[in-house]
Amino acid sequence: MGYSLNPDQTAELLNRLAEDYRIYAPKRFPKQGRYSDTDIIRYDRIQTPDEIVWDQKSDYPAKEVISPIQQALFYFTEDEYRESKKAKKPVLLLARPCDITAQLVQEKIYAENGGFKDLYYDRVHNKVKFAVMDCGGGDDTCFCVSMGSNKPENYSLAFKFDENGLKAEVSDDCFADYFDGMPEDDFTPEFVEENELKVTIPDLSDRDVRLALKSHPMWKEFDKRCISCGSCTVACSTCTCFTTRDICYGDNPEVGERRRVTASCQVAGFDQMAGQREIRSTAGDRMRYKILHKFHDHKARFGDRHMCVGCGRCTHMCPEFISISATVNKMADAVDEIKASLADGGNHVE
Amino acid sequence: MSNNNPLQPIPCEILNVKKESTHEWTFRVASDADVDHGQFMQLSIPKVGEVPISVSGQGDGWLDFTIRSVGKVTNVIFEKEAGDTLFLRGPYGHGWPVDEFKGKHLVVITGGTGLAPVRSMVNLCADNPKTVKDLTLISGFKNEDGIVFQNELDKWKEHDHFSTTYALDNDEKEGWSTGLVTTFVKDIPFDTFGDDYAVVVVGPPIMMKFTGLELLKNGVPEEKIWMSFERKMSCAIGKCGHCRIDETYVCLDGPVFPYTKARYLVD
Ligand code: SF4
Ligand code: SF4
Ligand code: FES
Repeated sequence: MGYSLNPDQTAELLNRLAEDYRIYAPKRFPKQGRYSDTDIIRYDRIQTPDEIVWDQKSDYPAKEVISPIQQALFYFTEDEYRESKKAKKPVLLLARPCDITAQLVQEKIYAENGGFKDLYYDRVHNKVKFAVMDCGGGDDTCFCVSMGSNKPENYSLAFKFDENGLKAEVSDDCFADYFDGMPEDDFTPEFVEENELKVTIPDLSDRDVRLALKSHPMWKEFDKRCISCGSCTVACSTCTCFTTRDICYGDNPEVGERRRVTASCQVAGFDQMAGQREIRSTAGDRMRYKILHKFHDHKARFGDRHMCVGCGRCTHMCPEFISISATVNKMADAVDEIKASLADGGNHVE
Repeated sequence: MSNNNPLQPIPCEILNVKKESTHEWTFRVASDADVDHGQFMQLSIPKVGEVPISVSGQGDGWLDFTIRSVGKVTNVIFEKEAGDTLFLRGPYGHGWPVDEFKGKHLVVITGGTGLAPVRSMVNLCADNPKTVKDLTLISGFKNEDGIVFQNELDKWKEHDHFSTTYALDNDEKEGWSTGLVTTFVKDIPFDTFGDDYAVVVVGPPIMMKFTGLELLKNGVPEEKIWMSFERKMSCAIGKCGHCRIDETYVCLDGPVFPYTKARYLVD
């Protein structure tokens, strides 16, 4: 069922929804951006329609609502671990198509991998309903179509905001009542069919090709360019890695908490064990590890899709202007080169 | 307390502490956990952190963990004594395919504390002589200070169906050899084993790499070789990503891998 709402009706709809849901959407935080006078847009709880940023891509992904940058796992006293409490009210998350598709990756890892269900992910994820927001085609770093993430399936509502209010489609009946008395209209969501930016993902199914790619000189370039800051993975819609950290509360050394904190494979020390040397010790090694995870390893394990939705946030956030799409296209060229050389003589490219 | 939380640590009492060497101690902890040989558990101390440690021994109501004091958590564990509490969760991962080794000639090659993850399986073979046809054990240590499980090394030496080579990398020691474990691979009587054997290798990454290559050089097919990996871990349940190599999660798919897989993993 479709609706067309003016600004007052849009505000009324959000009020009705807010009675039962905590509503999260992209929101502007003035002057917190990378440069002194820029804003930052990230997902946060909203109360009114004018807080929602619908005409610009957020700097940070929607995953933060479900798997926050940091959270308490356990509280402890001297001899007991007590699980942290969960929030009770369900969440309505207004997110872009890529962000919703990215949840499929999060789900594979947090809810399925190894047959273990992560309680902290599950207890939030279970309470989340998605409203997909029309993105108007994204920006010049987007390549969602190449990654097949432009048409999400798992959403309850579809919203298209503009200056005149909101067009909406209700695909999950449990939301029908909130639209009671609102003007009906024909509306079906449209999704991006083509991005300016296109990415070629090379076929890496051959082990020898993969092994040759791992020692290809293209990764060395990043030793000079990438500063291993990890901004790209924090901004990433799909990255799931974290570290566990125990902390004591300052004034009482007997009590504290075990906390989960976002971690980045791009930052030094990610693979380092106590008393041992780091395994991937250069920025190039770390970049190779990340790119192969996103464009080969994840899909090789789980079978259905790559671990990148083409949101372009990593490109957007990188202080060194390293572009993920350019990197993947460069990798595709390297793979062509490797395949050609394996075909005529079998000598690996060094 | 919730029982559907795989990250929930369980308090367990330390039964005793045995000093193997200056930096390697074995903690015996009360636990009824059902552990396969070669699996590991997460040990933790509230307010300090968690570490993955392989189970180095097991018996009725207890588990052994041989720990090296090299970091924040292990240093605090070293302050604990019998009667104190350690928190455990697990066991995790895949251990040694003992059923596949049964009835065969088993070769075990270890470097340093790499002996810990195979110790319970070697003891199984020692205590139940019918488990394997015979066992060839090559254990190398950096120097005399690094030797662990001295009593058991002595005991295993006496077993009829065990053939043991103990070595220090550079130093001399009575009754011991000198040299890296790789140098003793060529002395293993593979030609008398027919097709009926398996080789287990555990130690530092470099040692495993070169031992693997040396085995291949001596005609051992890669399908007969098994290795146990150690990697950085935080969750042990396939979520945190720290242990991942290619499409493989060491905490889930390992720590024990067939060499057919281990050989091609690139960190
Ligand atoms: S790798 Fe970059 S483009 Fe791909 S999902 Fe992550 S942030 Fe988006
Ligand atoms: S690619 Fe860019 S954002 Fe990512 S770690 Fe390197 S410098 Fe930082
Ligand atoms: S230790 Fe966390 S994924 Fe393996």
